[in-house]
Amino acid sequence: MIRWRGKSATIATIATEAAVLAAIVCVTAPLHAAEPESWTAREIDMLRSLSLDNLEPLPADTSNAVADDPVAADFGHELFFDTRLSSNGGIACATCHQPERRFTDGLQKGVAIGTSKRNTPSIVGAAYSPWLYWDGRRDSLWSQALAPLEDTAEHGSSREQIVQVIATDPSYRATYESLFGPLPDRIDRDAIDRVFANIGKAIAAYERLLLPAPSRFDRYVEAVVTGDVQAQAEMFSAEEVNGLRLYIGAANCTQCHNGPLLTNNEFHNTGVIAFPGDVPDKGRVTGVREVLNNPFNCRSEFNDAANADCAELEFVRTGPELVGSFRTPSLRNLEFTAPFMHKGQLGTLADVLRHYNDAPPAMIGHSELAPLKLSHRELQDLEAFLHTLDAPLKTAVEWLQPPD
Amino acid sequence: MVTRLHEFLIATLLFSLATPAITIADEHRDSAERPAKWLSESGAYTVSFTSSVQPIEINRIHEWIVHIETEEGDPVENAEITIEGGMPAHNHGMPTAPRVTEYLGDGDYRAKGLRFHMQGEWQITIGIDDGSVSDSVIINLQL
Repeated sequence: MIRWRGKSATIATIATEAAVLAAIVCVTAPLHAAEPESWTAREIDMLRSLSLDNLEPLPADTSNAVADDPVAADFGHELFFDTRLSSNGGIACATCHQPERRFTDGLQKGVAIGTSKRNTPSIVGAAYSPWLYWDGRRDSLWSQALAPLEDTAEHGSSREQIVQVIATDPSYRATYESLFGPLPDRIDRDAIDRVFANIGKAIAAYERLLLPAPSRFDRYVEAVVTGDVQAQAEMFSAEEVNGLRLYIGAANCTQCHNGPLLTNNEFHNTGVIAFPGDVPDKGRVTGVREVLNNPFNCRSEFNDAANADCAELEFVRTGPELVGSFRTPSLRNLEFTAPFMHKGQLGTLADVLRHYNDAPPAMIGHSELAPLKLSHRELQDLEAFLHTLDAPLKTAVEWLQPPD
Repeated sequence: MVTRLHEFLIATLLFSLATPAITIADEHRDSAERPAKWLSESGAYTVSFTSSVQPIEINRIHEWIVHIETEEGDPVENAEITIEGGMPAHNHGMPTAPRVTEYLGDGDYRAKGLRFHMQGEWQITIGIDDGSVSDSVIINLQL
């Protein structure tokens, strides 16, 4: 038995112990090689819960009657890339949501007609979220798609202009009418709002197709679940395994980055420092107020469901604890989505991990973080693991290019 | 340096010896059964619930039917019920604001808007006031 003998232990004693330990390791090594899945049953459950294999089919969106209509998706695809839906004829959704960057733009804040207030989030997998935007100020994919069109810093357009584009382009008009019925003759306020909402619903039908494909991480989990020792060894390096162990353990990542999309789509204050020159962003506390009053929200007359289920809105949490909190982003495809955080404050993954390790106090509200106190090496392993989540999209390539 | 090396060697050995024990403990914990009924703080009420999502998953909004009985086993009718929850270890509440939306009869109350956004220990507090006795029950959930 080896036990502590105090600081007087000599080099020779330690060398002897090392030899004994080495012998033990040598003896046990073959056993470990036969059982490299040193994951406990509980850990395997956790790994499985994070795998894309565990992702449920995209839930129906009953608020959008054309959500899964292929004609609407085609129409939405055209609209997504159409710069005529902007005040200067030069901005489309795809200006900031660039397919080759997993629908982000590589900038701290989006740049369109002006500079957006926040970082451009990816749209991949967004159809699974009950809330859209960093502050959750919209509650459906289709109502979100409407907001940038009228944002003076983004498309800078108006709903009147959008309706005009649809009415005067013969192809758009025909497609619109095949999906939603005839464009009204008399274009009054209500009619304009109705057409505008329908445009959002077509764009959402396209966005629902933007989904992640399995990554090396998902294949590793499959190898763990099936006990395929060789595949595990081929799939992940020792550093990546250690990074994953930290991810589901000491680094506390799964508190928020959980489920197959590695996000709980909820709002957390993580004490990210304000963007230089900006007052600290209040985040969700203002977003929740906005979504409750949005004329296109789940409770609005534009919801297509016969019996609208607006549970998320009805039971939404409000209150001061939401100050400075922002929606958890997915961690799939980090390779393409830097810079990070709601205003792109952190340029690299290493910066992000350092932030979580240090856990500075929040400028407003209260940070939920506690310092992780991980070593430099552990942070590197964690970063190595995060790169195993990169993968091409599941979406067919023609959807990722401008339409013909 | 000598001390650090020494500690490292011992820690390595202890860790490799301890690993199987950790596994067994985890499996045991997984199979532990939760009580089906909870007694309120002062013992006035017995509470049980069924969830519309079984087993309860994170990140899914759902509802519970909460059943409330007196000490004698009689249904508690038309009481004022409050429901709130949180994670004591993380010092935060639920991401939603659930509430009882209707009394279904026979001591059953429909609570809507429950959603949990993290794995781990959750504590749900149900407040019950039948007009004469006000009491609460704490339900611990391991998700």
